[in-house]
Amino acid sequence: MTAVLEVEGLRVDIAMAAGALHAVRGVDLALAPGETLGLVGETGCGKSLSALALMDLLPRRVRRSARRMVLDGEDLAAASPRRMEDLRGDRMAMIFQEPMTSLNPAYTIGNQLAEALMRHRAVGAAAARDRAVELLEKVGITAAGERLRQYPHQLSGGLRQRVMIAMALMCGPRLLICDEPTTALDVTIQAQILLLLKALQREFGMAMIFITHDLGVVARIADRIAVMYAGEVVELASAAELFAAPGHPYTRGLLRCLPVPGRDRGEPLGVIPGMVPNLAQEIAGCAFANRCDRAADACRAAPPPWAPGAHRARCILAPRAVA
Amino acid sequence: MTGAGAVLEARGLERSFSVSAGPFRARRLLHAVSGVSLAVRRGEVLGIVGESGCGKTTLARMLLGLLPPSAGEVSVGGMALSRLDRVDLASLVQPVFQDPYASLNPRKTVGAIVGLPLAVRGVGRGERRSRVAAMLERVGLAARLIDRYPNQLSGGQRQRVAIARALVARPEVVVCDEPTSALDVSVQAQILNLLQDLRRDLGLTIVLISHNLAVVERIADRVAVMYLGRVVEEAPAADLFAAPKHPYTAALLASVLTPDPGRGIPDSGLGLAFPNPLDPPSGCLFHPRCPRAMASCAVQAPVVHEAAASRVACHLYAPA
Repeated sequence: MTAVLEVEGLRVDIAMAAGALHAVRGVDLALAPGETLGLVGETGCGKSLSALALMDLLPRRVRRSARRMVLDGEDLAAASPRRMEDLRGDRMAMIFQEPMTSLNPAYTIGNQLAEALMRHRAVGAAAARDRAVELLEKVGITAAGERLRQYPHQLSGGLRQRVMIAMALMCGPRLLICDEPTTALDVTIQAQILLLLKALQREFGMAMIFITHDLGVVARIADRIAVMYAGEVVELASAAELFAAPGHPYTRGLLRCLPVPGRDRGEPLGVIPGMVPNLAQEIAGCAFANRCDRAADACRAAPPPWAPGAHRARCILAPRAVA
Repeated sequence: MTGAGAVLEARGLERSFSVSAGPFRARRLLHAVSGVSLAVRRGEVLGIVGESGCGKTTLARMLLGLLPPSAGEVSVGGMALSRLDRVDLASLVQPVFQDPYASLNPRKTVGAIVGLPLAVRGVGRGERRSRVAAMLERVGLAARLIDRYPNQLSGGQRQRVAIARALVARPEVVVCDEPTSALDVSVQAQILNLLQDLRRDLGLTIVLISHNLAVVERIADRVAVMYLGRVVEEAPAADLFAAPKHPYTAALLASVLTPDPGRGIPDSGLGLAFPNPLDPPSGCLFHPRCPRAMASCAVQAPVVHEAAASRVACHLYAPA
């Protein structure tokens, strides 16, 4: 099966007064049609910047570069800003954490949904409206015709996120990027939104990149998971394998930090000592070496190799092919 | 559940807010908290959970004496909070808030922030500095950070400063409102371990408010579940997590996503809408979303059924 998205060597550099901060340092991603790739990591690991780089939505003083960046046969790295505008919302769409900042408070839901379609397709207002009603119903909003006349502030957080999902799907994108779409929602609403995304993904046959810091969420929604640390993917595996046999010391550390109901209640949680390295400086060896309890001299000397295989960890201690 | 040994007691707490229903319409009363009674024993951790809008933060503010109740009374160590001035209040109850970026004064040093509760009680400069340094060490911060400003600290360090400030004057009760929600999991783990250690070593009494049930399960001895301003279930944590009684508690627990890839995404069966608190449902407030609702639930508000150490407000548990 040909990949929907292929990214090799993605880098994102932020221009700072003191020099460049290397926020994303060579990320490779590949997605098959209909697949969900989870992107997990802690604040500042570069997961959101990677997604924004794919969408070409980075702020001005932030630069992206990649050896290869292909969506559905189209070279994103070579695409003009004009061409990217055509692709965004049509072939690739993104949902953000806080729907209120993505929706325009001055326009009705109907206006904004219709615009998403009319920007990319030669359809009239009536057809766009019909599509909007159809999608609002698909995302579980009742009385969709009425809702079209409402403004974003008249909806609850869960409903707004549903509207955002409907808007992202107006043109039937091949790739949907979700950046912490349920982080601002209650757990009960979160489960509903995740179920909805899964159902819609099946129906539309989309590939999905799901960005989250929540290991519980990513375990349930992703087919494969990429764990990011300090601007790199440090481990890539199927969801089942990642949680059953984490290969990278950082992944293992993260899992030990996570409180899980019913597990080791009396025991203290695991901790990862130390801090993330300064990304403004060149990192010679493994970025996690300063926090790793098993780090050896070799870890600090050269970046650990990225062995081929379905389950890979960027660590000299990991078996060549874990799976 | 009032009685002997309680250091913090809330009896019949009510709080309503007058809210605007739109231009040219009469203002309406929103009942954020209705009829909440709680008792926390010395050294105990009471967890309070519920969805956003359930009134848990309003309750926290009343327990802290920051918001006067519309009715009812909070007392700590037998003293009613409403009769105390700010300094006495601060020596009884102290908060730890969610966002350590917002809750620390950016223009004060760590030493001044942590030392303030001592300063207002007239502790001299020299003793203050040594007690602050000792407390910083106790919460796992190097004493050299005493002259730093909050913007020079990481999120986890700031939350440790907030905890040090809360504990430095040895309050009777600490109210933690979402203490780890703004933190990464690795930092959250450190803060949760710290709270556990402090609790064991100092015999702290804690009210822990969180929407994260895994966090509450980890720390709390007893858990109260709130829905639309009321406590619908209260039980020892182990019992509540093993065998939730109220259908709402069961749905909340079912929605917790543990890192088990095989399990898929649960359907809580709660339906879409959290009810409008300005227009609460009749009878049991939970009945429109309840998968086990009966005819009587829409008509009659459930009474509280007490059994052993727990209580639940649900018609399912009415004695036949």
